[in-house]
Amino acid sequence: MEAKTGEGGVVITKLDDLLNWARLTSLFPMGFGLACCAIEMMGAYASGYDMDRFGIIPRASPRQSDVMIVAGTVTFKMADRIRRLYEQMPEPRYVISMGSCSNCGGPYWEHGYHVVKGVDRIIPVDVYVPGCPPRPEALIGGFLQLQEIIRKETIRAPRAVQEIMAKRAQQGQPVADADKAPAAIHHS
Amino acid sequence: MSSTLYKNYLLQSEPNKFSLDNLKDGEMIVNMGPQHPSTHGVLRLEVVTDGEIVTDVAPHIGYLHRCFEKHAEHMAYNQTIPYVDRMDYLAAMNSEHVWCMGVEKLLGTTNQIPKRVEYIRVLVTELNRIASHFVAIGTYGIDIGAFTPFLWMLRDREHIQRLLEWVSGARMLYNYIWVGGLYYDLPIGFEKRCQEFIDYLQPKLDEIDTVLLENKIFIDRTANVGILPMDVAINYGCSGPMLRGSGLKYDLRRVDGYSVYPELEFDIPTGTGLVGSVGDCWDRNYVRALECRESVKIIQQCLDRLQGDYKRTPDFDPQAACPKKLRTTGTQELYFRAETPRGELGYFFRTTDRSDVPFRCKGRSPCFSNLSVLHEIAKGCMVADLIAIVGSVDIVLGELDR
Amino acid sequence: MIQEAVTFEELKDFIVATFGAEVVVAEKADDLQPYLVLQTERLAEVCLALHDHEQTYFDFLSCITGIDNGPEAGSMEVIYNLYSIPYDHHLMLKVQVPRNNTPDQAIPQVPTLSHIWRTADWHEREVFDMVGIYFKDHPDMRRILCAADWEGHPLRRDYELQEYYHGIKVPFDQHNELNGFKGEPQQLVGQPTPFSDKREKPE
Repeated sequence: MEAKTGEGGVVITKLDDLLNWARLTSLFPMGFGLACCAIEMMGAYASGYDMDRFGIIPRASPRQSDVMIVAGTVTFKMADRIRRLYEQMPEPRYVISMGSCSNCGGPYWEHGYHVVKGVDRIIPVDVYVPGCPPRPEALIGGFLQLQEIIRKETIRAPRAVQEIMAKRAQQGQPVADADKAPAAIHHS
Repeated sequence: MSSTLYKNYLLQSEPNKFSLDNLKDGEMIVNMGPQHPSTHGVLRLEVVTDGEIVTDVAPHIGYLHRCFEKHAEHMAYNQTIPYVDRMDYLAAMNSEHVWCMGVEKLLGTTNQIPKRVEYIRVLVTELNRIASHFVAIGTYGIDIGAFTPFLWMLRDREHIQRLLEWVSGARMLYNYIWVGGLYYDLPIGFEKRCQEFIDYLQPKLDEIDTVLLENKIFIDRTANVGILPMDVAINYGCSGPMLRGSGLKYDLRRVDGYSVYPELEFDIPTGTGLVGSVGDCWDRNYVRALECRESVKIIQQCLDRLQGDYKRTPDFDPQAACPKKLRTTGTQELYFRAETPRGELGYFFRTTDRSDVPFRCKGRSPCFSNLSVLHEIAKGCMVADLIAIVGSVDIVLGELDR
Repeated sequence: MIQEAVTFEELKDFIVATFGAEVVVAEKADDLQPYLVLQTERLAEVCLALHDHEQTYFDFLSCITGIDNGPEAGSMEVIYNLYSIPYDHHLMLKVQVPRNNTPDQAIPQVPTLSHIWRTADWHEREVFDMVGIYFKDHPDMRRILCAADWEGHPLRRDYELQEYYHGIKVPFDQHNELNGFKGEPQQLVGQPTPFSDKREKPE
């Protein structure tokens, strides 16, 4: 420490970088699994792959978590619950869609009457992890991708708000009330 | 989107069974799940509690209803095998095995399967049974509050997954057992590796006993909790470790004697009430732990025969008996059942004339019947014991909801 | 085991002797698994006897399957698979009911068995959910797998998928492409993969 920073141990950095660094190195996912992918997610948390190394520790409550891993098939019965859990998470929040089922319906795309054909019809997704089920390595890769996304963020131009503004402008709606209904566009 | 709209949606898609008007004084309705770490997936429990005492519980299922039966009605028998895998994702090999045996019985080719294929099938299913029980016991430890066994058992399960990945190419959902044969023969050197693994595993099984099952806290949490009497278990259609934990020696591997199980030596462990009463949560888990040992015995015998009588030969083709066209003749109806780690998995087929697509296919899931007994055994327990009971049922939601 | 396995013929004779010949509507004995078709109204009565009688003692109800034969055939079936644990024998029973081809016709009804085998409770709810057969006197006839406000019974032959459920589109479409996500261009390097199938056959 001394050698790196000189006397006093003061590190000077941008606030953006500090915030991003703090966020991306302690991603707390919400610990809930839906289907087969949840078992691979468990395998990734456990001793074989040990995601604690990346600061990824599952939390039981949506209030304490930063990232939601949609691990498995989303059914219509579950869809309202997932939407509500997403709403309960504090900002900034991220979503990893794990596995083919939550990406696009997976093998259930054709005859699966009760399967939502992609979780992005309900909530916005940041990272898609392909596979049926993805290996734990793939999930870790998804987290690394998410870290790259977070690394590029800046508090001067919040990404979520910008996206909403852009979409509003595209639809010809007034951009001023964009902060009122952020969730409404996601499942339009 | 306003929050009132969400509330309506939640009540619309799954209304409560109990209403507030019928509650007695001091009772309340507590909702548990579908997002709850100890419901092993997306199970929702509607619990009526009087303080800390559970007076009634209603499970709501269907949050993972993936329309297996609809898919089976639209696809040929061999195309359905991946969907069968995804039903019971912890024991995919076992589900495949049941499905393939059922279809072979429909086609009338049960006796044409080569012995080597049968032994490989039993070998991989028993490996998968151990893996499945490891997850069951490990996650049960988490529910009870013991984190270490989970890490240890997932570590050992990882070895099984790597063995099966070497065999089939996939870690969890294998599509390895085909109708009439196998996707591929065992890879060269597999027998040796598997032998090494079994030698490694046996001390680990003793370790599990020491660290978890004989643990004082574990016994205090699970003994005499959730006692399931045998007659109730039978009436509710329970099977597998749930039924054997209640003391009935009923294992379809012995009763129906399918595949090569009649040629193999193994015991059927039952619950004896060693630390509590017969049929409590501890018994069910102890039966699972003992079954792992029996599976090790079966694997050992399979390995011996696969290296002895049914040795690999250069001209052996595991796909030789696979029918090119899975055409069934006439309208037939068949219910075929076999033992998976969770109990009796059955498939009901109705075929139509000269088609490879069933007219109707129904999967009878063991967890479905096992869970339906929950309100019977959970009445009068504490809320914390409810977690212990749900964990000891060992549900897999993919199979429960199909 | 107390006695040798009872054959299908003996079971049929037992039912006929106890309840009269008219209770067995049809039978199929030469099949892979023989079955009896019973009168729908007397199903519960016969099953209670099969469950309680010391010669049969079918204590394990394995599976209940509901089948819709389609609007042309105009019938629906419910199939019961019974097992006896002490005697180790098996019986497949079947009842047939007329189908309601339009929603305003009366829903097909079958007597419940949930007072004999409690496992029938959930299985019958599943049959109701999937094909829409109502079980008379069932204590709690609700949907079990699909959402409570789902439209139609999915395993009926003439089932049509609903277009929207709670504002979410149900059928598959090009959702991502329509919403601006085009995917990344596929990059083909044109090199053979370094991994080969190492699982050669032995010499």
